[in-house]
Amino acid sequence: MNDIVAAEHERAVDSSRPTAPKRMRLHAGLSTLADRLGVAIALIVLVVLFALVAPYFLTVVNLLDVARQISVTAILGAGLTFVIMTAGIDLSVGSAVGVTAFAAVSLTLDGAPAPLALAVALLAGFAVGLINGVLVAKLGLAAFIVTLAALTYLRGVTYVGTGGTTMFSTHLSYSVLGQGSVLGIPVPIVVMAAVFAIGWYVLERTVFGRWVHAVGGNAEAARLAGIPVRRVLVTVYVISGLCAGIGGILSSAKLQSAVPDLGTGYELSAIAAVVLGGTSLMGGRGSLIGTLVGAAIIGVLVNGLTLLDVSSFYQQIIQGVVIVMAVGLDRLRTRNAVTEGA
Amino acid sequence: MKSQVAGGPVAQLVGIAKSFAHNRVLDDVTLTLEAGRVHVLAGENGAGKSTLIKVLTGIEPQDAGDILIDGRPVEFNGPGDARALGIAVVHQELSLVPDLTVADNLMLGVEPRHRGGRLDFRSARENAVAALNRVGASLSPGVRVGQLSVGEQQLIEIARALSEDPRLLVLDEPTAALSQKEAGHLLGIVEELRAQGLAILYISHRMEEIHRLADHVTVLRDGHVADSMPRADMSEDRIVTSMVGRPVNDLYDHGRGSAQGEVRLSVRGLRSGVVQETSLEVRAGEVVGLAGIVGAGRSELCRLIAGFDRADGGEVTVDGQRVDIARAGGAAGADIAMLPESRKAQGLFLGMSIADNVCMGTALAKRRFGGTSPSRLRTAAKPLADRLRVRATSLDQPVGELSGGNQQKVLLARCLAKKPTVLILDEPTRGVDIGAKADIYGLINDIATQGVAVILISSELPEVLGMSDRVLVMHQRRIVAELTGKDMTEEHIVRYATGLVRKQVEPVEVNS
Ligand SMILES: Nc1ncnc2c1ncn2[C@@H]1O[C@H](COP(=O)(O)OP(=O)(O)OP(=O)(O)O)[C@@H](O)[C@H]1O
Ligand SMILES: [Mg+2]
Repeated sequence: MNDIVAAEHERAVDSSRPTAPKRMRLHAGLSTLADRLGVAIALIVLVVLFALVAPYFLTVVNLLDVARQISVTAILGAGLTFVIMTAGIDLSVGSAVGVTAFAAVSLTLDGAPAPLALAVALLAGFAVGLINGVLVAKLGLAAFIVTLAALTYLRGVTYVGTGGTTMFSTHLSYSVLGQGSVLGIPVPIVVMAAVFAIGWYVLERTVFGRWVHAVGGNAEAARLAGIPVRRVLVTVYVISGLCAGIGGILSSAKLQSAVPDLGTGYELSAIAAVVLGGTSLMGGRGSLIGTLVGAAIIGVLVNGLTLLDVSSFYQQIIQGVVIVMAVGLDRLRTRNAVTEGA
Repeated sequence: MKSQVAGGPVAQLVGIAKSFAHNRVLDDVTLTLEAGRVHVLAGENGAGKSTLIKVLTGIEPQDAGDILIDGRPVEFNGPGDARALGIAVVHQELSLVPDLTVADNLMLGVEPRHRGGRLDFRSARENAVAALNRVGASLSPGVRVGQLSVGEQQLIEIARALSEDPRLLVLDEPTAALSQKEAGHLLGIVEELRAQGLAILYISHRMEEIHRLADHVTVLRDGHVADSMPRADMSEDRIVTSMVGRPVNDLYDHGRGSAQGEVRLSVRGLRSGVVQETSLEVRAGEVVGLAGIVGAGRSELCRLIAGFDRADGGEVTVDGQRVDIARAGGAAGADIAMLPESRKAQGLFLGMSIADNVCMGTALAKRRFGGTSPSRLRTAAKPLADRLRVRATSLDQPVGELSGGNQQKVLLARCLAKKPTVLILDEPTRGVDIGAKADIYGLINDIATQGVAVILISSELPEVLGMSDRVLVMHQRRIVAELTGKDMTEEHIVRYATGLVRKQVEPVEVNS
């Protein structure tokens, strides 16, 4: 977010000073570009690296596969970006994927039409978010605790509901959402793109989005400025819950089933994507595009390492190291940019 | 090369230059700080004063130029290096930890220890009390800093800087948040320290302080030294003119007629845990000054009126309509706007742009269905930012990068953007330069003339007296006097504000 502000400010400076030497402007343009790309550079480096050592990596089929693989994590990350922007956290998204998937699949198995099943799944996500949001915003409980509890009890609900076994259907009525494609692009990718487009609009082009930035940046100032801080907080958790609902639908559609531990650990990858994308856990600073890039880095890493036959044990080690390195680099890059003024 | 004699240079800045991104903030700045001398640094908001100090104290590296300590060039890799050489600084913005106690804050980083590393609570407390006494603050060391007023916190900052036993003390607008009395006290301390042979670099926008303290004045303008003069050649005119580039006179000549509109704001029996039952009225077009020492409850009273805090009882009406003060947003709904006391903690979103900050929480820049865009925000904020002459590279610049005075202007712009019928200003000119002060006064006059009811809290007596139609004085969390006409004098205010009039010999108790 800061990068974008800085970028636009550079632009404004340039246009307001037509006499500035061209070389300087060019320089400013380049450094701005580098600033803006941030972790995107890490992504490009990874892509180039894998393209060189694994020829199959840079094929359309494989790249679409990567995009499909990351779609659920990225969508969860989109919702989480809103929450983390307000200096909150939502640990329950993985379990919420499980619960919403269970809701959709079990209704379908009971003969409910697909639109109803999907609506109920989304509603379940909405409800989870609402409960989290109300507990955090209205009762002032710590988000970490509230959503950690939700992580636990939602998983419990899923186990009870599924009876601990996989609920499977060979012709799940909405399986097209997991397996179909539009103009050759798998549906989950289309959904992911839509979620990010809408999310970006809400975060960057609506008054509500400005409020999210403000609440995360300085909650007391936001309150005194007349912003309905609690409502903003409840809403971001609801957004996160809805995203988890979408994630639950897509996952169950792909698997044609509801597995009791579906979504376990997703919250960690999603949080990693958000943080990789430059969103500050302290709130106030972040971007959805960054989250998408962050999710892509994780996806590319997993895919590339798998192509190179690296065992999944080592993959985990490498993933962890890459996350620390990427975040560390980002930190170094912005250390001087975000100083307290005057 | 060593020069330890009194009057010898302790520190020299030679040809300092500094840019942020491509914004040149300092350009070839040279000045010398001598032992036993107060060197005043003056200049408009955004002239580069604080930046120069950050260079001198190792917080920001310079792009060019040298820092000489005792004639030897030094290189700072961080504030610790400067501290080690005896440079102590009180920054313009408070840097205390609100959740720690006064004593903890004072001892932060220099905690006394028993052998084995166990914290020595007794000495910590004693040292803290000693440090507080040095600045004449009668604060209990066990109080949480977050509960103190800004003025009290400022005293703690100064006490902390002094406890390092520095050779060079840098004070960036130390009195901006203080009451007249506290400020006077502080100036006394500065004079004492000078007599002890400290070199002092002092930044202030207040002419009377410059007049009283300066042995030498350097005026910064747009990052370069516009003028530099020893005390003998110093005059207010010369300073102001080289600072602003134009003469500023008749700061307080408001030229408003006597305001006798309808009663706009009426407060009846308003009270809370902190404020005793209070009633007051402000008419349309009237500016009512609220005077009192720090801790008298002026901000607290106004926060109740503005709905920032919940009142325990009482009633507020605007234009005869009862305001629902129990409901958050009730006061805002009645178009009561308030400029809060602490711009960083209570007002600004430092990471967000100027345009965002001006429009936040107002009706500006909204499209249908709650949409908005950076260009819309810019367009909406521009007239206000221009009117207050906010100095920035563009309206997209994050507010955190602005100089202190310009941050204040941004916050004021937001208050105006709300188009209030009642406007409460809590120290509106804190930290703004003299030219900007004139702008802000002009603005207060304009909106009062348009029929807005204005309450002005200020610790600068000339300001309250010059701007107000009427002055209410608070003492110990209630209004003790109303001064009008020829009763509006500094002497009266001081007497009521300190409780002298009631002939009570109570210490000026500073309450949390
Ligand atoms: N971190 C930063 N990044 C970009 N610009 C900055 C930064 N810090 C300061 N500036 C710019 O440098 C200029 C000088 O700021 P500085 O804080 O030194 O002013 P000042 O003289 O102390 O003003 P004031 O009297 O308002 O405190 C301002 O225009 C400000 O916007
Ligand atoms: Mg300053």
